[in-house]
Amino acid sequence: MVTGEDKMKIAVLSGKGGTGKTFVSVNLTFVAENSNYIDCDVEEPNGHLYFKPEILKREKIYEKIPQIDKERCKGCRKCVEFCKFNALAHIKDNILVFEEICHSCGGCMLLCPEKAISEKDKEIGEIQEGVFNNSNIYTGSLNPGEETGVSIIKRLLMKANNKPYTFIDCPPGSSCSVMESIKDVDYCILVAEPTLFGVHNFNMVYDLVKLFDKPFGAVLNKCLDGENPAEDFCNKKNIKILCKIPFEHQLGKLNSNAEIASEKNEKYKNLFSSLLKTIKGEFE
Amino acid sequence: MPIIYIYNLLLAYVINMEGIMRIAIPVDDGNVCVSFGRTPYFMLYDTENNESSFINNSAANSQGGAGIKAAQIIVDNNADVLITPRCGQNAAEVLIAANVKIYKALNNSIEENLNGFKNDKLNILTELHSGFHGDRGR
Repeated sequence: MVTGEDKMKIAVLSGKGGTGKTFVSVNLTFVAENSNYIDCDVEEPNGHLYFKPEILKREKIYEKIPQIDKERCKGCRKCVEFCKFNALAHIKDNILVFEEICHSCGGCMLLCPEKAISEKDKEIGEIQEGVFNNSNIYTGSLNPGEETGVSIIKRLLMKANNKPYTFIDCPPGSSCSVMESIKDVDYCILVAEPTLFGVHNFNMVYDLVKLFDKPFGAVLNKCLDGENPAEDFCNKKNIKILCKIPFEHQLGKLNSNAEIASEKNEKYKNLFSSLLKTIKGEFE
Repeated sequence: MPIIYIYNLLLAYVINMEGIMRIAIPVDDGNVCVSFGRTPYFMLYDTENNESSFINNSAANSQGGAGIKAAQIIVDNNADVLITPRCGQNAAEVLIAANVKIYKALNNSIEENLNGFKNDKLNILTELHSGFHGDRGR
């Protein structure tokens, strides 16, 4: 049961890219008013394009990379053997470090019997904090060429402050960065589009939210008259359909101009207000 | 990569002076394997006694960085030469640090590649790919 004091963290995910995660999370943030919007799609964050927030703060994000003290290293190779990602090699009495492969677990440093490994900072990206009306807009961005944005996502999720709602715009897919994004949420919204390709990837995030034992429901985006493979899938798997968003020219135009549909058009505002109400209802 | 090319030419000269070499080739089902990092086996061929042996490539099932680990295996087995259809940048970095010379395989026949090497018919591998690091498989 959700009371006035309770805060809800809601993740929006889809598997396939371009399905409408950002569209849904931006509009929910808009209708919920006083909330946090967190763009965890750090490889291509775009929620900020809709909000155009005033940026109040920027924070660089660093990861730890091993640094070898050649004087101390005795070449025992414990670090090389330990590294699951094969980021280290031992050649001619030197340890080679492949920084872009390192996942910054710190294991090599802990394991080194000679204490020959220390850590140095490597910048991997940035977090921007801004405001839109009464909502906080957080955007993470990963520098091109970096292996993983998980540490940026971790830091982003720590930011969410005291607001009744936090909407988490997840990366596409169903791997580490998505898992990190949904780990601590109270509810997952799975956005689906009516294509076979979309349904295939939707199935993967469906498996993921079940694995994480999260309550969830589906939003069917881009709905047209006639056959809808995403809807068929939901019915078959008994997935609750939270709402259906029509495939409309007007909506496409608003989106491609980076306008918040709910702000510009009463019809969409009502649609998302009712979606928010439905999600709230899921908790009662 | 002109620097690698010059380096390899110099190394070829040094190696030819010494004469005896250990050649590594990624192999699979009796043929040269198209992948270096994820080949199931390596063949090691000794030019001194014309003997060959086979080793498992424990890097084959790595989640990532297979090329680096495979290169480490090649180096640890004292190979001087690698004949391979392809090689990634990271693996090449390891091999070059260990003075292993990288040749491009002519085709998938182990025998023809060994003969090609003996008859100086192989070219230095100059195209190093930046890896097939999954579609954001993180």
